[in-house]
Amino acid sequence: MAGSEERISAGASFGTRLTRFLGSMNLAITLLVALGIASVIGTVLQQNQGYASYILKFGPFWHEVFQSLGLYDVYVSGWFVFILVFLVLSTAVCVLRNAPLMLRDMRNFRLNVQDKSLRAFHHVDEQAVSESPDDAAMLAGAMLGGAGYRLRSKAREGHTLLVGMRGGLNRLGYVFAHLGIIVILIGGTLDSMIPLRVGQMLGSVVAETRDIPASQVPEQSRLPTSNPSFRGNVNIPEGLDANVVFVGMDDGYLVQNLPFTIEVKDFRVEHYDTGQPKSFESDLVLTDQHSGESIEQTIAVNHPLVYQNFAIYQASFGDGGSKLDLHMWSLQPDKDTSFVFNGEVFKTYPVESQAMGTLKLELDDFRLFNIEPVLNEAGLEEQRNVGPNFTFKLRDEQGQAREYMNYMNPIRQQGRWFYVSGVRENQADPFRYLNIPQDPEGGLTRFMGFIAMLRDEAQVKQIAAETTRTATQAAGIKSDEIRDQIEKTMVRLLGLFAQGGYDAVLNDIGDNMPEDKRQAAADALVKVLHTGTRAVYLNLLKEMDVTEPTETDWLFYEDAMSTASVLPFYGAPYYVQLAGFEHIEATGLQITRSPGKDVVYLGSILLIIGVFMMFYIAHRRFWVRIEADGTGSRILFAGTSNRNPMDFDAEYEQLKNRLFGSLNKSA
Amino acid sequence: MSVSDEALKQFQQPGWYQRLTVLDWIWAALVIAASIFAYTRYSQFMDGYEIGILAGTAISMVLMGWYWKPFRPYALVVGLLSLAAISLYGSDLQLAETSFFLKYLLSSQSAIMWMSALFVLATITYFAALFSGNEFTGKVASAMTWSASAMGLVGLMVRWRESYLIHPDVGYIPVSNLYEVFILFSIMTGLMYLFYEARYQSRALGGFVLLVISAAVAFLLWYAFDRGADEIQPLVPALQSYWMKIHVPANFVGYGAFALAAMAAVVYLLRARGETRNPNGFAATRLPARDLLDDLMYKSIALGFAFFTIATVLGAMWAAEAWGGYWSWDPKETWALIVWLNYAAWLHMRFTKGWRGTPMAWWALVGLFVTLFAFLGVNMFLSGLHSYGEL
Repeated sequence: MAGSEERISAGASFGTRLTRFLGSMNLAITLLVALGIASVIGTVLQQNQGYASYILKFGPFWHEVFQSLGLYDVYVSGWFVFILVFLVLSTAVCVLRNAPLMLRDMRNFRLNVQDKSLRAFHHVDEQAVSESPDDAAMLAGAMLGGAGYRLRSKAREGHTLLVGMRGGLNRLGYVFAHLGIIVILIGGTLDSMIPLRVGQMLGSVVAETRDIPASQVPEQSRLPTSNPSFRGNVNIPEGLDANVVFVGMDDGYLVQNLPFTIEVKDFRVEHYDTGQPKSFESDLVLTDQHSGESIEQTIAVNHPLVYQNFAIYQASFGDGGSKLDLHMWSLQPDKDTSFVFNGEVFKTYPVESQAMGTLKLELDDFRLFNIEPVLNEAGLEEQRNVGPNFTFKLRDEQGQAREYMNYMNPIRQQGRWFYVSGVRENQADPFRYLNIPQDPEGGLTRFMGFIAMLRDEAQVKQIAAETTRTATQAAGIKSDEIRDQIEKTMVRLLGLFAQGGYDAVLNDIGDNMPEDKRQAAADALVKVLHTGTRAVYLNLLKEMDVTEPTETDWLFYEDAMSTASVLPFYGAPYYVQLAGFEHIEATGLQITRSPGKDVVYLGSILLIIGVFMMFYIAHRRFWVRIEADGTGSRILFAGTSNRNPMDFDAEYEQLKNRLFGSLNKSA
Repeated sequence: MSVSDEALKQFQQPGWYQRLTVLDWIWAALVIAASIFAYTRYSQFMDGYEIGILAGTAISMVLMGWYWKPFRPYALVVGLLSLAAISLYGSDLQLAETSFFLKYLLSSQSAIMWMSALFVLATITYFAALFSGNEFTGKVASAMTWSASAMGLVGLMVRWRESYLIHPDVGYIPVSNLYEVFILFSIMTGLMYLFYEARYQSRALGGFVLLVISAAVAFLLWYAFDRGADEIQPLVPALQSYWMKIHVPANFVGYGAFALAAMAAVVYLLRARGETRNPNGFAATRLPARDLLDDLMYKSIALGFAFFTIATVLGAMWAAEAWGGYWSWDPKETWALIVWLNYAAWLHMRFTKGWRGTPMAWWALVGLFVTLFAFLGVNMFLSGLHSYGEL
């Protein structure tokens, strides 16, 4: 570091110039600042999110630019590594150049300092005293020794020079701290992705992007058990085992082979009373493939299993292929297409539909606990477990999919209970929710019966005819023509409603009526529609042997109408109800091999010790120059410190007073 | 004429242990006795690391009390008040509402409110002392800062106990979320300021340093009343570790020291401006000398840097155990590195280029904003593994 002040002479060789440049303070500071700024980028731009989400966020053009600059994985990108390498070089050159000087300086009492320099010090005083030079030297030595200074003296031409020094460890602190940084960066490099990147550039390592079983991944995307350093993840369902982990790279992954097999006996989540998770634990059995040796251990967050130089961490959890009993309620005109089947999470099943052909039902996830904000009895929001839900996609023949998330148990809203199903077209969108009222019998049967009846054209016709007949008779309308017209309108409105809800009805009015009559017409027509739907509902109740509808039945009707109106936008030919399940969990393990860890820790300890030595030990020297002066002597007292000037001011004053106070000033 | 033995002996300085007084030894005995008591009572609940931390805490408290004498009455008062609160509670958390002393003084919520009020009052009083030049007012301000720091620490101690009263499974050391560490920050900064106040014999800085603490208190109150952050919530599994007990406090020595340095920098800039504009004016005469401020700035940054280094290394070690890697370039880690690099560059400039004065003061002030982002901004704007205190 001191080198920065040196001038580069014109005749210096290239090597000298290079080391001077690398060891210069300006470069070091520039690198520190550059590293800081580069690091910011990686925190502002979320790293390693998968290319699809970046394209969505930035558009294809900027995605290309960012990708080629390596901004999605800044910390292993070429230019970032380049800065780091430069920092190591710069620090190393500094240490190499300065450490010998520092270590020499640590032990150097500076007995050869020139009188001129001494007198030029900031801390210097001179006084004539009556003691003889020998006595004065003795007193000065005792004074500095008493203050903890190591002493050296030298008889020089016409005078004696006494030097006290302490705090040389400060210089060692410099060496430790800077050596620590180098050691840390070397350790970090051992554990970094850099070897893989090099392999990628040479073509020996190719990231796999297809979603295929690990056993089918080709050799070029597999890493041998001899790979000294990696950090990968694997999900293992309860009762199963694995002998590989997946290492994420760019838009794909690599398969790291392990020299052992890990079997997951059990995975547990414990909860606090409030429902928040308290612990995640996995019971593991690790079996070495060579020795056959087997270890059983339970791991938890903060309590990994360490085997040889592998460490196995509890990182996450998920579904391990739970078995779901599903009730497929048909939302199609033909109500008889409802059916029941058993599915497994992560599997795909073909589902026939009338309007959309064969769909693929992809079961994606099952979650036992769902802590969500719910309004409690007092009307206040509180976090509560609302029970299991599962997620699935319905994919049509063109590959377009909608995602659904259905809750098993009804959820209370405004004092009534609803089966809740979320739907969205894009992963990035929030779910929109369909709330189906739970019927007084405690299920979905009544609602499904209601909409099935609304869509049953023959039955609707019959009900409309009866209703119109009764209504016209009650109103004393005798004209068959009018009755016929009302009946037709009712059938048409019920049909529109079944296909497109209130929106379809209102659009129809908008299309067929002049503007000034719309409001009046809408009121009249909605009245006809409601007469029809009520009649359908009563008909349904009669079929269910409910002869005297109660207030609850009518509340249900109101909710059912709201739901039926939005149902056409639900976009699924079935409502998939979760009737039962067998929960199978999977534990998410992170397995690492990190040979650089201990190196990094060693470097860290060096750094910390070095930093404290540099800050809290000041390298100080005091000189006492004693010259015979008549019968007495002439004393020059001077001092320097490389740290804490204010503290040194005080120390200098104190020692000076101690010394001169013990001597008799000569006249 | 020769030098007598007596004359030579006068220079013999007693070793550091010879300079310890009876009081110092009583202090040590007290701390050790208290630690042994804690050990016999609670060792069954502690693992090896926690016993190590207990021993380490005892040793640091003894040394701290020897090095900085006023720390002893402070620790005693905090200890006694905390014990009083704990014994008042017994095993019934509900007493916080009914017991007079708990409700108005010692329950963690009340103690923290006292801390908040006292810090804000102390800020005003320090400024009053600065503008009036009245020494007594200054002493009152110091006393208020001492009391505020004491009440804050009592609040944390009692909160620690309260978390166990909620349920033994819930109990945790209250340095685990943003609300709690803001209290820790206020206490740390307050104590560090008090140390330097005595050291430099100057109260002129007080108002400025406490301005930062008052800002922290304002945030704390908003966070408590608007977001209900004062409620004790159980810890997520990743935070259930003994590392918490050393990583977080080490970090806050760093944050507190950087805040102190930045406020010294502000005063430096005011003084420098005053000296050029009006050498006989208020800023140029009442504010501390530039040398002193420069020295304080350097000392706090050095202290902060040393502890921040320790905290970051401890954090890396914890990360290795909890997240499976000592360094993941997580936003919090990365910003810790940025803070570290920033102050490393500052220190290099001072040591090797000999930079002093105004540019370094500006840099120390900017450093506070970088630190503030690492401490708060990361939680607010960036998501990552270290998302423990969201706003």
